[in-house]
Amino acid sequence: MAAFDLNTDSVRVLNQHLHDSPSGTLSVTNPGGRHCIACGIDAPVEVSIDGHVGYYCAGMNKQAKITIAGNAGPGVAENIMSGSVRVKGNASQYAGASGRGGALIIEGDASTRCGISMKGVDIVVAGSVGHMSAFLAQKGRLVICGDAGDFLGDSIYEATIYVRGNVGELGADCIEKEMTADHVQGLKQLLAATGVAANVNDFRRYGSARKLYNFNIDHADDY
Amino acid sequence: MSHNKSLRASATFSQQVLDEIHRAADQGIYEIRGFGAKRSLPTFDDLVFLGASMSRYPLEGYREKCATDVVLGTRYARRPIKLKIPITIAGMSFGALGANAKEALGRAATAMGTSTTTGDGGMTEEERQSSKILVYQVLPSRYGLNPDDVRRADALEVVVGQGAKPGGGGMLLGHKITERVAEMRDLPQDIDQRSACRHPDWTGPDDLAIKIQELREITDWAIPIYIKIGATRVSYDVALAVKSGADVIVVDGMQGGTAATQDVFIEHVGIPTLPAVRMAVEALQELGMHRKVQLIVSGGIRSGADVAKALALGADAVSIGSAAMVAMGCNRNIFVEDYEALGTAPGYCHHCHTGRCPVGITTQDAELEERLQPEQGARWLKNYLTTMVLELQTLARACGKTHVLNLEPEDLTALTIEAAAMAKVPLAGTNWIPGNNK
Repeated sequence: MAAFDLNTDSVRVLNQHLHDSPSGTLSVTNPGGRHCIACGIDAPVEVSIDGHVGYYCAGMNKQAKITIAGNAGPGVAENIMSGSVRVKGNASQYAGASGRGGALIIEGDASTRCGISMKGVDIVVAGSVGHMSAFLAQKGRLVICGDAGDFLGDSIYEATIYVRGNVGELGADCIEKEMTADHVQGLKQLLAATGVAANVNDFRRYGSARKLYNFNIDHADDY
Repeated sequence: MSHNKSLRASATFSQQVLDEIHRAADQGIYEIRGFGAKRSLPTFDDLVFLGASMSRYPLEGYREKCATDVVLGTRYARRPIKLKIPITIAGMSFGALGANAKEALGRAATAMGTSTTTGDGGMTEEERQSSKILVYQVLPSRYGLNPDDVRRADALEVVVGQGAKPGGGGMLLGHKITERVAEMRDLPQDIDQRSACRHPDWTGPDDLAIKIQELREITDWAIPIYIKIGATRVSYDVALAVKSGADVIVVDGMQGGTAATQDVFIEHVGIPTLPAVRMAVEALQELGMHRKVQLIVSGGIRSGADVAKALALGADAVSIGSAAMVAMGCNRNIFVEDYEALGTAPGYCHHCHTGRCPVGITTQDAELEERLQPEQGARWLKNYLTTMVLELQTLARACGKTHVLNLEPEDLTALTIEAAAMAKVPLAGTNWIPGNNK
């Protein structure tokens, strides 16, 4: 197994290795909150990061399975395409921003704007999320096992949000929707696949009222 | 109507203002349109060159070499962009434009040895294949953004704003959202797509510096990273873009075009290109970064004279969008009945937002798109760019320059007090630069 100690190896050297000769498993120690660790990978490698990471860890990830045994700074797994990123601690703001595929699992809490502009990624947060989460969310699923802050799903498009705990004020055009059998089954599979334990029957579903999809003067107050 | 001396129009409530109030009362929504600012603004036309005579030595107009090449992105990138001409093609989205138009832009740019740019909607295969040098925009919407296209781009452009609407996001109305456009943007068909005005994963220049670091890491520090701003607080924004780590800064003045934006935004937000160039150059000079971080200026560039004046004020290159579309047939006097169906006429059309472009540029309608064949569009644009370069060289030679980047503010004088103050060159016939306390 390849090993990089970021007290002695630079992030540049690590990322170049992950781009040029990715294979098998790789461990990263002493990340020390450094930014842009393990971003831009396009290979089915497993990367274990032992400690806290700074901004944009695992950005634009494809195929790789990345585990962060610590907290993650802003923009973890931003624009993720495929593969998975697991944060064992808490995640700062913009987690999974504009993600287009794959999975982001946050075992702790996520801060504000979790899943902002998401475009197909599945995000599962075992804890709670901050305000404006799933803002402009287009596709994919955001699962919140704890509580959601205010303005959840503001200006949401076709993404689906599941919340187990309390929800603050909903954002513009975001409404609670029926949990159909298909939604229950899909959520059950997602929780099982991501290894997050929660009773699927405790969740409520939120999505778009689709009132803002085309401008309508009678809905001007909703903007 | 026959002349009636008792009729007196109001300067405040002109016929145009009256029409707009009536329209607003009928529809209850702001006017959305394409193209750029239509109001009269101080422009490069208000500057003229001081050709060489006794004190300066001109170059032989048709024979002596006057180089036009420019290198962009020399600050950090391992592979800077090398252009044969200092005129680039601005970002215009697939969605706003049809695939044929995007391909034509790429073909013409490639033929001229310059770059073209993607837009809000991702990179199409047609434009990647037709563009030898392609700048890939990273926009707030992140529509279609993916690491494969990031890695096959020749440069990245982080779009903070654009001249037509600084502080505003993009807009693509539902009737232009075909299945292909919708799929690229991960959104349903037929809905009005209002792109975000802020990036989803950074706030402010400190974050942006780290965002740029991420993009460099993903691309192994190979390609240049541009930052594009709409011209407003140019001095601060340029300084912050330098601080954020830009290789190249694009400053887009308020004459810059758009495919669909509120008219009130187009006409009332931002500053003209003329002062924006000078402010950007001053900011770079104050930081000791002029020519180290390259400056591209856009917004209402129409001719070789405009290019020459922008370069003389200190820009390294310019970018054209609206003018490129005009070269490809925008507002050309053909298919008049289709202009009329839109309630307009050749010369007045700004109906890019409708998707019913009479000349097949800003449309996703297959029948209309057929009207612009990529080969023909590219030919027109190549001819236009060639003309601009010849004009640029003509003016540079007249000022005694062996390279167009050797043009300088001392080669210019202003015809109006406003232009003198904005460009900080003397009013013609004087040594007076308004605002300079000397």
